[in-house]
Amino acid sequence: MSDKPSTALNMGMVSCHRCHLLCRRVAAPSLCPRCGTLLQSRKPNSIARTWALVIAAIIFYIPANILPITHTSSFAGVQSDTIMSGVIYFVHSGSWPVALIIFIASVFVPLVKLLILIILMISVQFRWQWRPVDRTRLYRLTEAIGRWSMLDIFVVTILVALVHFGSLANIAAGTGALYFAAVVVITMFAAESFDARLIWDTLEDYDDREN
Amino acid sequence: MILCRTYLVSQTRMKKDHFIACHECDLIHNLPEVPVGEIARCLRCDSTLYRPRKDSLNRTLALAMAGFILFIIANTFPFIAFKIGAQVRETTLATGIYELYHQNMGPIATLVLVTVVIVPAINLCCLLYIIFPLQLRRVPKFMVPVFRLYLFLKPWGMLEIFMVGIIVSGFKLIKMASLIPGLSLFAFFGLIFVLTTIMVTLDEHLIWEKVDYS
Repeated sequence: MSDKPSTALNMGMVSCHRCHLLCRRVAAPSLCPRCGTLLQSRKPNSIARTWALVIAAIIFYIPANILPITHTSSFAGVQSDTIMSGVIYFVHSGSWPVALIIFIASVFVPLVKLLILIILMISVQFRWQWRPVDRTRLYRLTEAIGRWSMLDIFVVTILVALVHFGSLANIAAGTGALYFAAVVVITMFAAESFDARLIWDTLEDYDDREN
Repeated sequence: MILCRTYLVSQTRMKKDHFIACHECDLIHNLPEVPVGEIARCLRCDSTLYRPRKDSLNRTLALAMAGFILFIIANTFPFIAFKIGAQVRETTLATGIYELYHQNMGPIATLVLVTVVIVPAINLCCLLYIIFPLQLRRVPKFMVPVFRLYLFLKPWGMLEIFMVGIIVSGFKLIKMASLIPGLSLFAFFGLIFVLTTIMVTLDEHLIWEKVDYS
């Protein structure tokens, strides 16, 4: 009898992803008796899926920041704004709290989220033993903050709806907004497909080798 | 795929002891009776195993009913009016989505429609469908699929972020012209309060316990 931690996997059990009912694991694929979800010990292909989504998000992140998200046309001409120029506008006009909110939601959060996911996946793949509790916390953080990046998309929607005065003033959404929306959605799926239990699984392998 | 009935017996026996696996590190715990106001945390990874809520079903039902009414007000009346010179433009949520769609921004229009209108609406209906009968001591027929739908859609309801979006765009436009808050803006504020409070009051575990699966 090894002194492995009593995880559901080691005890021949499986915990339902949706309703967290603890069931006995059987060889054949089976459904949770309570909620009908397919029972899986770990999320399938977690690492490969998360990498694919993270790389896709990084690729979309570049045009999202380079291309304009809004085109403002008025009698003074057409002005195109990217995410960063919107932040700079607020800094110059003195409303730095708003600048900070947009900067955190649109630039900081997506970058931090992608960075954390990359670190987590590298740590799992290279079987790091470093601070598993804190790494689990980091994962929880990415899950919680990711949705706030939608802020800029909503701002664009409201601006487009409000500023619609023919030749006087008009705001149209730019292509950058499209890419940015894609980044937000893809990173949300990426965080969803990562399985935090892998962090703890690699710890057990290490214990095995030590003994 | 089979629905394995053989382990149902051991499952019901287990219910007394109430074993649960931490969904972040998979460690099995024997969950004690957790009093309201306290949190059961995983011994290994410190994530929340279970956190009972005070008077969960009653409060959630009240909030969901309030939310339902607020939702209708918020989406029918204009939430903000924007004034340049003599021109006034009132906007409801639908106008923004409509404009985006006409600027060939279909994907964004869809995303906004789903996260701000459809998901909150479906989620409120789901909760009403589940909790109203439960409070009358009846289990609704489609409780399991409806609650699964609710949990699936939950992360995609982003009304509170939309609220911050309204404030930010207010700051952006205040220099251009005057903004007049509309009736539904207040309904929106109320709705956001209701939806975020539901996240706190709803004890998901309690709903699953009502499912008679044996």
